Amino acid sequence: MKVLVTVKEVAAVEDDFEISGTEIGSTYLDYDLNEWDDYAVEEGVQLAEAGDDVEVVAVTIGPERSEETIRMALAKGADRAVRVWDDAIEDVELLDVETKAQLLGAVVEEEDPDLVLSGVQANDDSFGATGVALAEELGFQWAAVVNDLDTETVLDEGVASVRRELEGGVEELTDVQLPAVLTIQTGINEPRYASLRGIRQAQSKEIAPKSLDDLGLDAGVVESSLDVTAMYEPETESDAEYIEGDAGEQAGQLADVLRDKGVVGE
Amino acid sequence: MTVLAVADHRRGALRDVSFELLTAGRELADAAGTDLHAAVVSGDTESFADDLNREGVDHVHAVEHGEEFNHDVYVQAVEALAEDLDAEFVLVPNSVNGLDYAPAVATRTGRTYVSDAIDLAHNDTLEVTREMYGSKVETTVEVADGPYVVSIRGAEWPAAEGVGDAEVSTFDVDVDEDAVGSTVNGFEEVGGGDVDIADANFLVSIGRGIEEEENLELIEALAETTGATLSSSRPIVDNGWLPKNRQVGQSGKQVTPDVYLAIGISGAVQHVAGMKGADTIIAINTDPNAPIYDIADYGIVGDLFDVVPALIEEFGGEPPSV
Repeated sequence: MKVLVTVKEVAAVEDDFEISGTEIGSTYLDYDLNEWDDYAVEEGVQLAEAGDDVEVVAVTIGPERSEETIRMALAKGADRAVRVWDDAIEDVELLDVETKAQLLGAVVEEEDPDLVLSGVQANDDSFGATGVALAEELGFQWAAVVNDLDTETVLDEGVASVRRELEGGVEELTDVQLPAVLTIQTGINEPRYASLRGIRQAQSKEIAPKSLDDLGLDAGVVESSLDVTAMYEPETESDAEYIEGDAGEQAGQLADVLRDKGVVGE
Repeated sequence: MTVLAVADHRRGALRDVSFELLTAGRELADAAGTDLHAAVVSGDTESFADDLNREGVDHVHAVEHGEEFNHDVYVQAVEALAEDLDAEFVLVPNSVNGLDYAPAVATRTGRTYVSDAIDLAHNDTLEVTREMYGSKVETTVEVADGPYVVSIRGAEWPAAEGVGDAEVSTFDVDVDEDAVGSTVNGFEEVGGGDVDIADANFLVSIGRGIEEEENLELIEALAETTGATLSSSRPIVDNGWLPKNRQVGQSGKQVTPDVYLAIGISGAVQHVAGMKGADTIIAINTDPNAPIYDIADYGIVGDLFDVVPALIEEFGGEPPSV
């Protein structure tokens, strides 16, 4: 069985930052593996540990810098990685969902996995759409926002028995035929920390670069229909009463508020 | 050219966002000079269609097929409706079920997809306002090529009200059952257990700011000293530090206590959805720009590891050393 995990290196913005034009300066950005993808990688690795002969391949769209992040997925147990990048992609400010699905779709067609695991969404642009669009692009089945996957039925029966996390503490129990794309919700497992041994081993694992040409795609694929025309900090709507002073003074006034509201006695 | 808004329902009831969708849809229809069509797929379509007939809606289409949401059915139904109505804009909620079918509709019908809109404008092109980087910035995104599928965030538009004079009709879709590759077997309520945080009148709620599981002891001591009930934001439950029945937010519980004390919680939209109904909201956070202050009545900008021990002492308790 082959499991493909889509991963993305995302930028987190520091508390204090500046916007120039429609971008945030790189000095205010910290790059890391997308939180949701961390859970997707863990789910793939757990399948590999539970089954015989399960290969886990990580695939990403990202510049050379992202190899550091991708190597974390390898250190946690993915067997190898594919990194899609091209000068034509570099020029695009915000890739649209269709483009991402086509780029990843070309890799899936080469790799021919039984199961694709994808994070529900990315911390940075929060589209929450790539996995389902990818499934539709490929003619795979899918399930979105999965917070439980039955390992046995996937490995033995070719059916993904999943729970989808709906709103308000309700879960939907669904069976999905393979091949399928599952979008993985945080909390589905406990992502491991990479061991020193894992980190060492990851150094010798393959990260295969793929250009548009390698994937048989032409540059027209990456033309984005999205144009970011403005970026700004949201207006603060706070009319909170701020409690000032040192921690002791703040605690004292807060205690008064709590007594005043009648939720704590003397 | 029309606007098509597709309602969300679950277990016999339309979800609130369905009516907000009608407001967003009406605004867009006005801007584009066209009609607003609402649609409901599966479930008790007759009563749902009646309920969707609110002010500003021109047509309501009911697609009868099964009871509950199935994405394969929805994709086929919305594809057929969008084509039949020549819908330039398909609007859906950015809900868990929206996430499960809207991108597939866009891909199948060659539409441009934009998710999680918090505002929409249409002049010659569609302009979508959406957040990035965990709500730290807002962006305006110009979307060049229609037709479009756009998902909208809940609680950003007011719900459509009143009774409209829409034409209500059924719409027959010949669902290809062979293309339905997923089966919904049922639902389960999660997060039961010893405590119902929805019953509490004073919640002390903890978020990512607690940093380590061991530090929870500090917040437990505060809850014990003050007689509060302990709850949390999502990351604490994801980490397995507290059980699911303590989680406040969109995927957890909705709570309406007299006082909600949010400690180390930034106030992401999913969390706020679960606690904005509290009478008094107090926030303690190190980041003065945290969105939690937008809905807080009282704010303390400071380090929880300094403020919480002092607060425990205020009420005669003994803060643990963490």
